[in-house]
Amino acid sequence: MSARIGVITFPGTLDDVDASRAVKLAGGEAVSLWHGDADLKNVDAVIVPGGFSYGDYLRCGAIARFSPVMGKVVEAAQKGMPVLGICNGFQVLCEAGLLPGALTRNAGLHFVCRDEWLKVESNTTAWTSRYEAGAEILIPLKSGEGRYQASEKVLDELEGEGRVVFRFAGDNPNGSQRGIAGISSANGRVVGLMPHPEHATEALTGPSDDGLGMFYSVLDAVVNA
Amino acid sequence: MPVPVATAGKLLDVRCPSPGASTTTEEQHVARVVVEVMPKAEILDPQGQAITGALSRLGFAGVTDVRQGKRFELEVDGSVGDEELEKIAESLLANTVIEDWAIRRIDGDA
Repeated sequence: MSARIGVITFPGTLDDVDASRAVKLAGGEAVSLWHGDADLKNVDAVIVPGGFSYGDYLRCGAIARFSPVMGKVVEAAQKGMPVLGICNGFQVLCEAGLLPGALTRNAGLHFVCRDEWLKVESNTTAWTSRYEAGAEILIPLKSGEGRYQASEKVLDELEGEGRVVFRFAGDNPNGSQRGIAGISSANGRVVGLMPHPEHATEALTGPSDDGLGMFYSVLDAVVNA
Repeated sequence: MPVPVATAGKLLDVRCPSPGASTTTEEQHVARVVVEVMPKAEILDPQGQAITGALSRLGFAGVTDVRQGKRFELEVDGSVGDEELEKIAESLLANTVIEDWAIRRIDGDA
C-alpha cells in the first residue's frame, strides 16, 4: 500500500491541487484534508500548501494557524509526523510555532515570481534525503512576504544545528536573512520553504523536475518508519 | 501567565472596570480598547522605508524615518480583564517574533 500524504485546503489555498499531483507523480496517495475538520484521516505525512489562506488577513498564516486541522497537525508533528510547509504553508508553520522565525515583506516590496536556484544545505531531513548535500536545484519562487526573519541567536542555532535546509544559490531575491529559503525543525521532520517544489515536477509544466525529490524523500521516510 | 519574552508589550493608561460590573449585563462597562502593533525596532520595515522615500520625493524633506504598524480597536465588556487583553495581543494580534504591542483602554461611559 502506498503512503498516504495529506494535503490541506484552507479558504484561499491555491496550490493544493499541484501538491496532490506531485504526491501522485512520486507514487504516493494524496489525501485531501479540510481546514475545518480536526481529522488527519490516518495520513502518514502532511503538506501545508501555498496560497493566501484566509486572504492573508492580519498576517500571512495567522488565522490558518488556529484552524481545527492545524491543531491536529501540531499534535502529530510533535510525535514525529513529517510536515512540509510550502510558501504560505511555511508561514503557517512559523505562526503555529512548529518552525522558528517569521516571514516578512520582501525587501524592495516587489512580489517575486521567478525560477530560483536553491542550494540543498541539508539532506538529513524527512523531505530532502533524496538530494545530494550541496546540490543545486531549480524551483519557482512566487511570494510577496518571503523574507525569512529571526533573531541572530535563532539564526546561529539554525546554522549550527544544520537546520538551514535550502539557501538561495544566486542573488538573494527578497532580502531573506542569510539567504535562507527553507529551514527544518530540530528533528528534521518538519520542513518549511518559500519556493514551490510542487511546481517543478516535470519538464512540461515547470522549469525542472527537481522538486520531485522532496516527495520521493518523504515516501522513503514514512515507509522506513 | 508566563511572559515568554523580555520585549513583551506594555499596558498603558489602564482603567479597569470595577469588579462587580461583570455580573449583570445592564451594568457592564463597554469599553474601547486600542491595541497598537509595531514592527520591532531591529526588524526591516520596507513599507516604512517606501513611505519615507515617497515623502521626500513629495518635498517633505524633514521626515527622516517612518515605520508602519497596525491599530486595532476592540469593543469589550467588563468581563475582559487586562490579563485577557494581553493574551489577545500576544497570541493573535501581534507576532512577537517580529512585532511589539501596546494596549490602551478608552472607557466609553466613564
